[in-house]
Amino acid sequence: MAKKVVPTGVLLPLDTQRIKLFDKIVPVFITGKLTPEAKVAQGTAPHTVEFVTGADSAQLAAEPTRWATLIPTIYNADTLGIRPDLVKRPIDTWAELLNAEFKGKASILNIPSIGIMDAAMVCESVGAITYTDKGKMTKDELDETMKVLTDAKKAGQFRAFWKTFDESVNLMASGEVIIQSMWSPAVTAVRAKGIPCYYTPLKEGYRAWAGGLGVAKHLTGLELDAAYEYINWYLSGWVGAFLNRQGYYSAVLDTAKQHMTEDEWGYWMEGRPAKGDIVDPFGTNIESAGAVRDGGSFYERMGRVTCWNSVMDENRYMIRKWNEFVAA
Amino acid sequence: MQVAPLTLVFVGFLFFPLLAIVVVSFWDYTAYTTVPTFVLTNYRDVLSSSVTYTTYVNTFKYAGFTWFFTLTIGFTVAYFLAFHVRTFIWQLVLFLICTVPFLTSNIIRMISWVPFLGRHGIFNSTLQAMGLISEPLEFLLFSDFAVVLAFVHLYTLFMAIPIFNSMMRIDRSLLAAAADCGASDGQVLRDVIIPLSKPGMAIGSIFVVTLVMGDFITVRLMSGGQSASVGLMMMNQIALLQYPAAAANAVILLIVTLLIVMAMVRIVDIRKEL
Repeated sequence: MAKKVVPTGVLLPLDTQRIKLFDKIVPVFITGKLTPEAKVAQGTAPHTVEFVTGADSAQLAAEPTRWATLIPTIYNADTLGIRPDLVKRPIDTWAELLNAEFKGKASILNIPSIGIMDAAMVCESVGAITYTDKGKMTKDELDETMKVLTDAKKAGQFRAFWKTFDESVNLMASGEVIIQSMWSPAVTAVRAKGIPCYYTPLKEGYRAWAGGLGVAKHLTGLELDAAYEYINWYLSGWVGAFLNRQGYYSAVLDTAKQHMTEDEWGYWMEGRPAKGDIVDPFGTNIESAGAVRDGGSFYERMGRVTCWNSVMDENRYMIRKWNEFVAA
Repeated sequence: MQVAPLTLVFVGFLFFPLLAIVVVSFWDYTAYTTVPTFVLTNYRDVLSSSVTYTTYVNTFKYAGFTWFFTLTIGFTVAYFLAFHVRTFIWQLVLFLICTVPFLTSNIIRMISWVPFLGRHGIFNSTLQAMGLISEPLEFLLFSDFAVVLAFVHLYTLFMAIPIFNSMMRIDRSLLAAAADCGASDGQVLRDVIIPLSKPGMAIGSIFVVTLVMGDFITVRLMSGGQSASVGLMMMNQIALLQYPAAAANAVILLIVTLLIVMAMVRIVDIRKEL
């Protein structure tokens, strides 16, 4: 969204020198590379919308500058969720979403900007389309993508489309759907009901997203100081630990680590088997000793991101096509 | 002077909001800004898109089925209450029982169908346990069937009440006279009761059709997001901050619905009910 919002000039460029932990922020947001040797993923990668050219600028900068658009706070790598007890075999590719075996038992999320990315991962995986850049689809690519999905819909592949977190949880928990686009905490929520649900790593990689805190243009003086103070507090660890324990990731890892136990850190971030019970931030037991996080460690998951959620140049056309798909 | 308060309420809460919608429907928009100007692109987009027509056809389909079933059921219930229940007390008691579902929110009444109709829901498990079916019936939930079922459940009372009201005004001596002249029960129903209940049916139909035409949440929840309705189309546009497009859609929907209501009022004179 930053890609569209920033140019309207409603956000105040943030002085990174006032963000105490800015240099501790995960490099994905600064250089686009999780590790120095990593490859930048397709789509609207966060670092491409992280900076503007100056203190009064509404123009996105290609390279890191002192002036930030949003301060990153939360992000994750998304994939397909499955009901292992009903699917009964390992799932390792996005193409399985359209497998006739799961006819009437699949679902995709009906939020166009995210759904289209999952759709693209699937279409590329089944070999229907090769994209130049999934984050900048051409009209032709959009047409083809929506055709693949519409055909599948008409053939009865999908049981439902979901729009909200709880819908995705209920579809999965009730067994109406056994394979679908999902968000990490939703998988946890299904499991918290005692129902098996697996956030399966796929060979094509993950679709990732990120969010941050921005400040409105008109803020000055004390209000602005308070905003900076809030952002600094947000990065200082307590919130980070809270997010990590939900299955998201925090922008500054070191401070979050200080607010988590060694076992929690090992389970959520390092992909190690839990030594004791794993408790979510709301106090519910979600895993017991021996459990390993789906997809493994932070670096295994975030390192295998192949595509970021995107706002496309052809956004308006994309939304029209998506509405046609839903109405089809 | 006596109508002034009502007029003010209408001007403030109906006329101005409607005017605002009409004005905004001519505005332009980009991804995150709304530009006050005068363009016809919103209407052109709506009217030139095949999605609009398929969506309207779909919405009419829901409205048609819902109208048919609510009318049939509503009429039957009202007929029973008005002519078969003899005492006023019992009429009142049974009538109140009809309104019991309205003590809960309509969202709850709708959502409670989901665990009932689901693949592993109560209905399917019961049928399977009785050995009537081997595989769960999939069409029960997240389908047009589910949407119409929920609509009928939600709106039948809106049909039953006005029809009941009309029937209670029918002079009983007319029925006696018809019977004395040798009319069978069927003839009494067809030639006396139905014609005299028409205003009630018309009012009920207006309620049901306008409610279904403007609905978005029932369609979304009961079809599992897989079907479109005009209201849902607007909701999607609003979610994407495309207010002018949604406003244009709203204006068109308002016109279409008003035309339907006008047609109904043409066929049946409801004035004598008021």
